[in-house]
Amino acid sequence: MAYLFLAPWFIGMVVITIGPILASLYLSFTEYSLLQPPEWLGLENYRRMLDDERLHTALRVTFTYVFVSVPMQLALALALAFFLDRGVRGLAIYRSIYYLPSLLGGSVAIAILWRQIFGTEGLINQLLGAVGIEGEGWVSHPDHALSTLIVLNVWTFGAPMVIFLAGLRQIPTMYYEAAEVDGAGGFTKFWRITIPLLTPIIFFNLVLQIIGSFQTFTQAFIVSGGTGGPADSTLFYTLYTYQRGFGSFEMGYASALAWVLLVIIAIFTAVNFLAAKRWVHYGD
Amino acid sequence: MATDLGPSIGGAGIDGGSDDALRRRRRDSRKRRLLKHVALIVFGFAMLYPLLWMVSSSFKPSDVIFRDPSLIPSEFDFSNYTEGWTALARPFHHYLINSAIIVGFSVVGNLLSCAMAAYAFARLQFRGRRLFFAAMLGTIMLPIHVVIVPQYILFSELDWINTYYPLIVPKFLATDAFFIFLMVQFIRGLPRELDDAARIDGCGHLRIFWRIIMPLCLPALATTAIFTFISVWNDFYSQLIFVTDPDLYTVPVALRTFVDSQGESAWGPLFAMSLVALGPIFGFFLAGQRYLMRGIATTGIK
Repeated sequence: MAYLFLAPWFIGMVVITIGPILASLYLSFTEYSLLQPPEWLGLENYRRMLDDERLHTALRVTFTYVFVSVPMQLALALALAFFLDRGVRGLAIYRSIYYLPSLLGGSVAIAILWRQIFGTEGLINQLLGAVGIEGEGWVSHPDHALSTLIVLNVWTFGAPMVIFLAGLRQIPTMYYEAAEVDGAGGFTKFWRITIPLLTPIIFFNLVLQIIGSFQTFTQAFIVSGGTGGPADSTLFYTLYTYQRGFGSFEMGYASALAWVLLVIIAIFTAVNFLAAKRWVHYGD
Repeated sequence: MATDLGPSIGGAGIDGGSDDALRRRRRDSRKRRLLKHVALIVFGFAMLYPLLWMVSSSFKPSDVIFRDPSLIPSEFDFSNYTEGWTALARPFHHYLINSAIIVGFSVVGNLLSCAMAAYAFARLQFRGRRLFFAAMLGTIMLPIHVVIVPQYILFSELDWINTYYPLIVPKFLATDAFFIFLMVQFIRGLPRELDDAARIDGCGHLRIFWRIIMPLCLPALATTAIFTFISVWNDFYSQLIFVTDPDLYTVPVALRTFVDSQGESAWGPLFAMSLVALGPIFGFFLAGQRYLMRGIATTGIK
């Protein structure tokens, strides 16, 4: 009986998930253009990565994006959650307003908006022009294009903020009351009670956002018109993998790239979990 | 709002001494509260400014968009909408319908298949349960990029490229493990006595699932439906890959073609159609906030 309920999931697991994972591993050792049968190459695809300049660029772009945008996004989310938690009237309204960008941020429509806002004659430069500063074309400048996407990711801080808010509500007020009796000020309470008790939630958000940010695709694709430009400055790892696979139909190499991404994400998640032992406090 | 610290601030003043000091402190805290609201509103306004400006600009002629950062258009001109609606090979509602078809089937598929799997994991005893459950959790964070190439090969062998099957069929096979997890957590919270009572009355698992568990799971089902709606409506990557026939384009893929073909000259119509694309998400956001907030708080999905 149980297997009847599980049947759809089981078929999906085998055919849509596990099968393709293994197939992708196999393909990563081959050359395959969809037209001819795969040709075994051994480790050639992986060796090729060492000399692939554009891949190195893609790694640099993606790592910069993850390491800059995730901490900024989480810091903002935490700050606002803390700010909102203290019995602010209208909490639900503020929460909704700050959360809205998280829902919309991954869409093509918002990426289109971003392309205009940060364009040479875009909104940002209009506003800068109003105070007498002549801005550059942010999206079209290799030094700034990635920053616009970092701003976009930070803009979607609402989702982790909602999680932080839920976490803050779990902290018993008696801890704060006890600390007040002992004469603790706001600053001490924040660093000695709120932050330590919130570390499991911070950790949860950190893991989630890192995994998600490594896979950013849509925004970079739309803002750069699919090229990863200007001068490969927004060539995200997933975008490069897409170009190799579905642009030039190097399915073998694309599979190898995808597997390396999987390994990178797995390593980061594992390191996160190991490091967590040093700074995450779970209730006793 | 359960933790209103207001009274404890006032309370601290009791042993503070004179009435005067108490009053001053009250006034200070009111001022501080007001300041806080001002800060929160200014910040929220700054965050939403690009969106509001987009709405306003969709009523402005394209050449004005380049020099008018204000939020109030000088006149309401709907020509961007009419122009954008017909700018592509098909009128825009064609793409809206395409997206709606995929979203509709995806929601039904996810609800059915994920609930069934969740019921099995939460309530039934079977061999390999722990292993399967761990495997299911393991796939939650799996990047789609790792499976997309073999999936593409599989679907092209089945002659499914340029159909909606690659986007819909996986939803009927419970591939969004997030929602299984969400529902497992929910079902585990339901009292088992209900199942037992029904079993004594002669109900089989199918009836218990359909008549007892599913109705009680309504909040979790609503969360699943809303998140499936939003993620499929916004999805670009798999639609870009599996659908290349312009007649089958979905809203995100159509928008992408629009921005690439019109380029920078047609911001007005582009903004207008982008807003049409965001409309349903915004509607669900307004209607389903309670479920959205609960969903994020329990699973961390966006």
